[in-house]
Amino acid sequence: MARTPATSRRALLFGTAAVSAGALLTACTSNEPKNQEPAADSAPVADDKPGKAVTIGFAGPQADHGWLNAINDNAKSRAKKYSDVTLEITEGSNDTAQQIGQIQTLINKKVDVLVILPADGKALTQVGLQAMRAGIPVVNLDRVFASPQAYRCWIGGDNYGMGLNAGHYIGEQLKGKKNAKVVELAGLDNLELTQQRTKGFDDALKNYPNIRKVARQAADFTVESGQAKMAQLLQAQSSFDALWNHDDDQGVGALRAIDQAGRDDFLMVGGAGAKSAMDAIKAGNSVLKATVLYPPTMAASAIDLARALGQGKGVGGLAEFEIPSSLTLYSAVVTKDNVDQYLPTGFI
Amino acid sequence: MTQPATAAQNEAPTPAAKSAGEQESSRRAGLRWDVRTLSLLAVLAVLVAVGGITAPNEFLATSNLQLILTQASVIGVVTVGMTFVITSGGIDLSVGAIVALASVWATTVATQEFGFAGIAFTAVIVGVGCGLVNGLLIAYGRMVPFIATLAMLASARGLALQITDGSTQIVSVASVLDLGARDAYILGIPPLVLIFAAVTVVGWLVLNRTTFGRRTVAVGGNAEAARLAGIDVRRQRLYLYLLSGLCCGIAAFMLIVLAGSGQNTNGNLYELDAIAAAIIGGTLLSGGRGTIVGSVLGVLVFTTITNIFALNNLETAVQQIAKGAIIVAAVLVQRRSLHGDG
Repeated sequence: MARTPATSRRALLFGTAAVSAGALLTACTSNEPKNQEPAADSAPVADDKPGKAVTIGFAGPQADHGWLNAINDNAKSRAKKYSDVTLEITEGSNDTAQQIGQIQTLINKKVDVLVILPADGKALTQVGLQAMRAGIPVVNLDRVFASPQAYRCWIGGDNYGMGLNAGHYIGEQLKGKKNAKVVELAGLDNLELTQQRTKGFDDALKNYPNIRKVARQAADFTVESGQAKMAQLLQAQSSFDALWNHDDDQGVGALRAIDQAGRDDFLMVGGAGAKSAMDAIKAGNSVLKATVLYPPTMAASAIDLARALGQGKGVGGLAEFEIPSSLTLYSAVVTKDNVDQYLPTGFI
Repeated sequence: MTQPATAAQNEAPTPAAKSAGEQESSRRAGLRWDVRTLSLLAVLAVLVAVGGITAPNEFLATSNLQLILTQASVIGVVTVGMTFVITSGGIDLSVGAIVALASVWATTVATQEFGFAGIAFTAVIVGVGCGLVNGLLIAYGRMVPFIATLAMLASARGLALQITDGSTQIVSVASVLDLGARDAYILGIPPLVLIFAAVTVVGWLVLNRTTFGRRTVAVGGNAEAARLAGIDVRRQRLYLYLLSGLCCGIAAFMLIVLAGSGQNTNGNLYELDAIAAAIIGGTLLSGGRGTIVGSVLGVLVFTTITNIFALNNLETAVQQIAKGAIIVAAVLVQRRSLHGDG
């Protein structure tokens, strides 16, 4: 039925009509849910089969970092998977004014759904509101807007959970060790997410009275800063038992500094889930024993949600008619035991 | 040559005074030079004392002194190039971006196949190339250095981002990594510190002992007078930005060795750090006077501050506030000691 070629305007209108008419057209195909009188267990759900054509506008920050680059890649490749999805992607920018301009351009283009990963959630709230008022639903990716009115659905990672799970993992590893010392190499200190990761870490450590955090230094999410700050930390702390590093990109530098200092007297837990970190965990020949995920696959999921929004469908496996208003991903701990499962999501 | 970084600090004041004297009466210039250097050395001494008191076991350890010098090396080399440019009355805002571009270009897969030489050569060539563009725009395109290098800053960062696509280029060439390894010391000095020392010594010799150096000072002091005196001001400017680019290329290679990777975020804010170090070192922002030793001391002051803060586990915000305060203090101390100088 709605096997529309997606590009033609007429086909798009036809597709819209087809979906809103719903039962009339779907009734004649056996593999579409019959939703004349939808019961709770048969809400229309988005699936891989082509449906109504949806144009999704995507605006993100400048991909100057491995994780952000993976976000763009995930969004693009997921959109390609669907023949009914057209992705309008803007040039990434960390400049607030520029990103607002880009989103306004997408609003003017009348895209069906917007996926926005704001460089700064608070600063971009107003333009989120503008889009919603213009009738374009917004999927807010990762960095959250200040007002729930500015988005229809939020999907993102769990920064607090990252810290919490890192802390619990370290706590279990050091169980029974008296006066254990841990060190934290944090990310950019002026980002709220850094504070949340630290808060979660500290809260987790409260469960382990034998462990004390003896030092914390903030780096900049870059290899260069990771190397410099870690070299200092190693100089300052002649011995400690565990290190939590907020980010695997700066972890490349941190590992380099650890190697240069010839230290192997502690275990290290990384953050985010870079491929290089997972490779190191799998090889098992460095202090890096685990990394706490902050999966860039959330961008692919955001495309799924945007498509479902555009097609007026719910999410498979859930009884709801609509997509949820908020989805928080789980910050799984990747260790040598389960690394093979997560390696395909590791970003370069 | 074995311990040049420290040797340069100790013996440089006397000979350098002579060259500065070409501009003014040698007695006054010599006095000025000594006061500036001494005040910086005093700041450094105070910092060492603070470090020794607050972290007695860690600060004075050999490994920590090696660390401070290593961390000063990359930005130090950039600052030497910057000192020349500022001495000539110019400015180079693109140094950080050039370091980024050179480091990612040299570490992208194609060049890693050519091993150590491929990486080192590419880094230096990219640096020189960017410097050449800067120099041509400024000297022959008659662009203001601020604008020309600002344009280079934007485009070099953009190109670095495009080349890497945002991902970190991890170096797999063992000979490059070995240079930054912990057992790579030569007479107890890390190789990167030796490179820094060599660049410093060569920079000092060129600025203070060659015609090129005298021309640089002359162009910065009064470009029109320099031109009337028969100096090819344009060509001199071209060479100076080339020199700065060369230093950035060397620094990019050093950063690759240090961090074991190339990333488009490399060299972030190096332009400001290098300018700040040169200024507190005693190089005039308006041109006409420059001191390599002062610049190197400036870099050491900043690196030592960072080290002491990290050893005492101070927060980043506190570190930044204190860094700003120390810049102001260092410049005020210099002003006061030079009171009556005009």
